[in-house]
Amino acid sequence: MAFASIFVPNFPVQAVVRAEPALGERALALIEGNPPLCSVVAVNEKAAQMGIEIGMTKTDAEQFASAEIRPRSSAQEKAAHAALLDIGWSVSPQIEDTAQDTIVLDLAGLVSLFGAEKDIGTHLGERSAACGLHVNAAIASNIETALIAARGFAGITVIPAGEESQYLSRLPISALSPSDETAETMSRWGVAACSDLAKLPILDLSERLGQEGVRLHALARGASERALVIAEPAHSFEEEMELDDAVEELDPLSFLLGRLLDQLCARLTARSLGAAAIRVRFELQPSFEDAVDIREAFPAEKRPGLYEKEIQLPVPARDSKMLLKLLRLRLQLNPPGAPIRKITLAADSARPRATQGGLFLPSFPDLEKLELTIARIAHVVGEGNVGSPSLTDTYRPGDFQMRRFLTPREAVKTDRGSDGAGTPSKQRDNSTVTTSFRVFRPAVPAKLDLHAGCPTRVAFQGLRGEVIAASGPWRTSGDWWREDPWQQDEWDLEIHFQSAPEPGDRFSSTESRPNSGIYRFYYDSLRRGWFVRGVYD
Amino acid sequence: MSSKTSALRLQVESSLARRGGLAARVASPFQYRDRPIVETAPTGIPPIDLLTGGLPRGSLTEIYGPPCSGRTSLLVSALASRTAASEVCALVDARDAFDPQSAEAAGVRLQQLLWVRCRNVDQALRSTDLLIQGGGFGMIALDLGDTPARVVRYVPLQVWFRFRRAVERTPTIFLVVEQESNAKTCASLVLSLHAQEARWARTSERAGNSGQLLPPHSPGCLLDGQRSLAETIRSHAKREGMWLHKPNTIFADDRGDDADFETAVVWGGLGPR
Repeated sequence: MAFASIFVPNFPVQAVVRAEPALGERALALIEGNPPLCSVVAVNEKAAQMGIEIGMTKTDAEQFASAEIRPRSSAQEKAAHAALLDIGWSVSPQIEDTAQDTIVLDLAGLVSLFGAEKDIGTHLGERSAACGLHVNAAIASNIETALIAARGFAGITVIPAGEESQYLSRLPISALSPSDETAETMSRWGVAACSDLAKLPILDLSERLGQEGVRLHALARGASERALVIAEPAHSFEEEMELDDAVEELDPLSFLLGRLLDQLCARLTARSLGAAAIRVRFELQPSFEDAVDIREAFPAEKRPGLYEKEIQLPVPARDSKMLLKLLRLRLQLNPPGAPIRKITLAADSARPRATQGGLFLPSFPDLEKLELTIARIAHVVGEGNVGSPSLTDTYRPGDFQMRRFLTPREAVKTDRGSDGAGTPSKQRDNSTVTTSFRVFRPAVPAKLDLHAGCPTRVAFQGLRGEVIAASGPWRTSGDWWREDPWQQDEWDLEIHFQSAPEPGDRFSSTESRPNSGIYRFYYDSLRRGWFVRGVYD
Repeated sequence: MSSKTSALRLQVESSLARRGGLAARVASPFQYRDRPIVETAPTGIPPIDLLTGGLPRGSLTEIYGPPCSGRTSLLVSALASRTAASEVCALVDARDAFDPQSAEAAGVRLQQLLWVRCRNVDQALRSTDLLIQGGGFGMIALDLGDTPARVVRYVPLQVWFRFRRAVERTPTIFLVVEQESNAKTCASLVLSLHAQEARWARTSERAGNSGQLLPPHSPGCLLDGQRSLAETIRSHAKREGMWLHKPNTIFADDRGDDADFETAVVWGGLGPR
């Protein structure tokens, strides 16, 4: 049985660099504390070489002109920790969340899947790099040895079973994380390395240092055994970014969103999942007037400074470029309306589509591409004007609703998942061709001459004609209990139009003007007027 | 002989390419290219299928005529036929005139139809462009039937050329419904429709010589349907004799240039009746 431990050295700095990769090239110092008592809590190698030290005040650190000073970000550390856990779950289902910067994986049975233990270590390193983290990984036969080796040795370390003591002997005592008192005692004894500790007799050590001495002795020999505390797999994927200066325009915002989406998709890829929905939340900069105590006036979820948007995807996707295009299009349609100071991006995870389409089935639009096309069209015609029509269960003339467009494969899945309320399409009889109807939206006002209750002449939109044949009245009414009831007398009228055009004629030329036609008129009893609903065509 | 011809062609093309002529811009401009066999799909109206051989895939088909000429019935019938074959269709509706109720009564599977409701021609053309570029649709219909003909006339010819080029070599049927023909040579098939006569179950009677309509009452006369005349204005497939005969389909050898077809009103599918 083998265990792997992954350790992220200098975790606070790596968490910030993961969100802003450009900072990796520069000297970086992280500060923490309430102004003016801010002090440096972490530095990267370049900053340390320049002379910036941990504990230095912000003012002192700012003397180094070329160094970047950033506040320590708990949100970014939380996201980096979540990414670290995802790296673990990408390899093994059984992992231990040891610390914010450390995890342990159970590698039992994984050799047949990933190859030798060295290959597993390499794989972990590659996955970590893809998620923006540079880690130390160590593989050993017990948990504690793997943990100590990951913290003590850089890069990938594989410790063969039985050689734990030999490998750990090079490490200092501090790698075993002794208490301050024990560390001082050992220092006085001249015990500096693990090899020195391992050579001490266990009984004498127990008499002098108690149980801690025994524990440290076992750790130094690589003989400590304990069970793995298995962490529950998380299904939430969230990335956050707090901005020093609020962003107002779409282009810089897209840049930041792209960066977050890259991280989110890398995490999803590591877990072999896709995003079924993307939720974006912006914390907006309040205007000067609104800034006065809005936090007390509104609960957190209804605060006016929040902007939330959700994008449902037809298939689980993890292509960050495609997702960014979708987000951009949605944001163009509904801009936030105020500068953004904090971005939160979350994904609802789902298993990616694994089935292949039938070889002899008609081709369908590529679902990810189709979603993008629909979003682009929605940008042109408006969000509610593109989709699939769906008839509603009502007698109200012309009533329908627009639904999200699903390709047949998805529609089948949705129908299976739903309660079956969707109306099936009617079976088509090939022997008859149905006369179709064109609707005028909104209905066109008309003037009608009636004789004994029957229309004889009509006029609408500059057209004037005589009624040749009429069918009606077909009286309908409904929804009297609602605010928008209807009560109409419908007529199907065949009209022979006059040849001479009149002012307001809807047809530009005499060739395209109809000589005759069958139209549906209705008298709206509530509005007390005649209207043309449409034409049979 | 053929090797000599190809060697000569290569020599001409290379010398033209050196001079920066046509051959510099177009690869092998003198190479003979086989025209692909036009694959067609039925419209669902047997007389039209007999007349045209069906709607050509990868081509632009134009249907034009005045209102009430049966354009929409033909369009909806084609949509029903394609959706019944499990294909995904898109309808770009320039004046938001599509009636889902009558379409469903005609057999269109609405869940397989992407309906784009536009407010003007510009929106319709942009949406069509995006849909064609997206690909994968069995049929894309652009309905400009209610758009004034003078507005559609202003659509530059290059737009139709672009559409034709984009849809070429794809299995998509691109159908345009208008009041007048505008795509000119870009259309592989152009059909002109004319209204013939309406059929009523019992025409409202007129009282004696006065000619005045008698007051109708239920059950009064009912609209049964209408008859339309379709005329082939242009058909590339027909001109080149490239009918695609499908199994169990018989085409008459003496096809004329026009055909009558009748449509019937389905009362059960229309609103409250």
